[in-house]
Amino acid sequence: MAVRPTTEKRSSASAQSADKARTKTPRTTDNPQIADLSKDEEIQAYRDMLLIRRFEEKAGQMYGMGLIGGFCHLYIGQEAVVVGMQMCIREGEDQVITGYRDHGHMLACGMDAKGVMAELTGRRGGYSKGKGGSMHMFSREKQFFGGHGIVGAQVSLGTGLAFANKYRKNDRVSLTYFGDGAANQGQVYESFNMAELWKLPVVYIIENNRYAMGTAVSRASAQTDFSKRGVSFNIPGEQVDGMDVRAVKAAGERAVQWCREGKGPYILEMQTYRYRGHSMSDPAKYRSKDEVTRMRTEHDPIEQVRARLLERGWSSEDELKDIDKDVRAVVAEAAEFATYDPEPDVSELYTDILL
Amino acid sequence: MPIDILMPALSPTMEEGKLAKWVKKVGDTVKSGDVIAEIETDKATMEVEAVDEGTLSEILVAEGTEGVKVNTPIAKISGDGEAAVGGPKEGSAATASTPKSAAAPEQGEKPAVPDNTAKTVSGVPAQPVSEPLSDPDLPADVEYVSMTVREALRDAMAEEMRRDPTVFVMGEEVAEYQGAYKITQGLLQEFSADRVIDTPITEHGFAGLGVGAAFSGLRPIVEFMTFNFAMQAIDHIINSAAKTLYMSGGQMGCPIVFRGPNGAAARVGAQHSQDYAAWYSQIPGLKVVQPYSAADAKGLLKAAIRDPNPVVFLENEILYGQSFQVPKVDDLVLPIGKARIHRKGKDVTIVSFGIGMTYATKAADELAGMGIDAEIIDLRTIRPMDVPAIVASVKKTGRCVTVEEGFPQSGVGAEIVAQLMANAFDYLDAPVIRVTGKDVPMPYAANLEKLALPSVAEVIEAVKAVTYTA
Ligand SMILES: Cc1ncc(C[n+]2csc(CCOP(=O)(O)OP(=O)(O)O)c2C)c(N)n1
Ligand SMILES: [Mg+2]
Repeated sequence: MAVRPTTEKRSSASAQSADKARTKTPRTTDNPQIADLSKDEEIQAYRDMLLIRRFEEKAGQMYGMGLIGGFCHLYIGQEAVVVGMQMCIREGEDQVITGYRDHGHMLACGMDAKGVMAELTGRRGGYSKGKGGSMHMFSREKQFFGGHGIVGAQVSLGTGLAFANKYRKNDRVSLTYFGDGAANQGQVYESFNMAELWKLPVVYIIENNRYAMGTAVSRASAQTDFSKRGVSFNIPGEQVDGMDVRAVKAAGERAVQWCREGKGPYILEMQTYRYRGHSMSDPAKYRSKDEVTRMRTEHDPIEQVRARLLERGWSSEDELKDIDKDVRAVVAEAAEFATYDPEPDVSELYTDILL
Repeated sequence: MPIDILMPALSPTMEEGKLAKWVKKVGDTVKSGDVIAEIETDKATMEVEAVDEGTLSEILVAEGTEGVKVNTPIAKISGDGEAAVGGPKEGSAATASTPKSAAAPEQGEKPAVPDNTAKTVSGVPAQPVSEPLSDPDLPADVEYVSMTVREALRDAMAEEMRRDPTVFVMGEEVAEYQGAYKITQGLLQEFSADRVIDTPITEHGFAGLGVGAAFSGLRPIVEFMTFNFAMQAIDHIINSAAKTLYMSGGQMGCPIVFRGPNGAAARVGAQHSQDYAAWYSQIPGLKVVQPYSAADAKGLLKAAIRDPNPVVFLENEILYGQSFQVPKVDDLVLPIGKARIHRKGKDVTIVSFGIGMTYATKAADELAGMGIDAEIIDLRTIRPMDVPAIVASVKKTGRCVTVEEGFPQSGVGAEIVAQLMANAFDYLDAPVIRVTGKDVPMPYAANLEKLALPSVAEVIEAVKAVTYTA
């Protein structure tokens, strides 16, 4: 059932949770609105999140070995956001676009781990033939539009993808992801205005992981309840426990349906957390070890699913181990490929500049 | 004394029109605001309103006349008694009709332009040239200390902030994090959060805010985490900071420094690797500095902070950690606009700046081994460019190679080539060669990135070509 979340109602409810969020970890798991997932969905979510986790751990390791250069932004901790949202859309039809913290989004979109990892190492088998790197990958087949290095840029671009859907009169939806830091860029609000004015089918997913590099949300944002960022444009918004894949999926379904029905854009603030530093070179001294440990032990998105699967007897320890083994094999194969695939041919230097 | 009513211009481009109709007749009393006639062009019809008061005493151009030139008298109004000249309207002796057009007076007798500047044949005054200042003389017994570019930049800001309370730093992660590249290390602790300000990720907003603060007389140092992100703010750098002094007729200066790392780092891909030297160097109203050594970084940043104009100060991430000898003097301020001869030589002039100098210096060392004696000019400032220094050197060597990491088309090297064509053509013994970044977005793959950047080998090859060495 789709409830129309009026911005009015929303504001009082989310004001409370925003205050709580600052002192406590976000938690809406006991919210009755959150529908349970089926057994198959839980298992699928478990596998998809685990793939991202293991992939990112491996990427971190390969960065340490000098196989990956430049910037490398890991998604560990935020897996439930992208996996939950992906469960709400039609793969290869609805569009996905994000910033530079993009590995998880690509895997969730069904892009091949080998191609992603080989792009990280700058090899010819990478999604951009090695020419894009960690922050710049694309897949037309999977309707993944990048992969953008300029904070906030993807918000206008994602709005443009939605514009194209409306123009073509199809019912596709653009999932446009950006961070709490990006949410302060001016073009975000220019986009919000156009999206609502023209009723564009775009879900703005603000991944609030509480920090933009070393800057905590409260040090950069006058309004820390990001679900309200669309209020003056009349865009409905919700705060969501982004560590709980069920909550993400439930909210995602409402937002996607809203868009498909032609009602315009929708904002989802995903309250989440990144376990690692901003990028590989960030020692993350701006937050306590305690804070990180608490999130990992009490709110880990993968552990939550795992606990439910075991508790309900939907999976045995052994079955879960098998999933882990499968996932590790996929990642190992990707790493192997990305290590030995050759660099692009030097003739690629001058290709792909113009058509 | 009667007042002439002139044929008005409907637009700045109108030269003539038709006098379609007289609404007033001779002898009618005319009050200001009265419609006295209608005129037509091929584009529009317009009513002519009186500005002056009196009696329509004479009609000079008959109704229906075509091709009446703008500014020809079409009628006369005579005042009632002495009111004709004593009327309250300014300029009543000549223009009696509205609308007034900026172009109208020029159509008639052109007001004389005061001839106070040298003029070229075209009548455009010659661009004034100002001699760049020389570096200050250092005491003979000056001591040198080894310092990284990072420390030099930090010290320059700290010294200027101690000296002038209107100087403040703002940008992303400059305060609590101590700078994304640690250039503002320690500044928050010394100068407090009032003067070392962490901003949200809103480049367009905080650059504009900085420009506004500078208009009011503060001296902001706006740090961009890298100049790639200054593209979000380039409108304010150019439209607000660079042009306002001119647009305000010299009233509204903008003492601001935009600084941060510029150009390629290592393996950070196309959106994080661009060199903007040529871009900003095109803009009148900006100064553009791009230092190589720590001493220049320090002395020029201090000069930039004191400069009453907007200065774009382009640093380089790879140079931050490199050490140089810096003279130990109390107040090292170097002149913006002055190149530095980095190495004296007689066979060829290599002109470079910023990180380009790393290729130039290594190439010169290797060339020395081959018996080619290269002179290296470190531009230090891209705008205003020290063209005399380049020309003087090329007059001596007769050959020139430019080195930069930026793109080739309309690059800094292209400007140098044009300047040499104009100012040293007869002294050149070979065409100038530009060594630049390749004409491609920066690739991520390690092998391609290396090819996309200039190399020492390319500089050597270019020098061999201009010196006709096998
Ligand atoms: C326009 C622009 N400004 C600054 C940067 C440098 N930068 C890269 S990521 C980042 C922080 C963004 O934080 P947030 O939006 O919260 O996303 P998160 O990294 O937490 O996923 C900054 C400042 C950039 N890439 N682009
Ligand atoms: Mg964030």
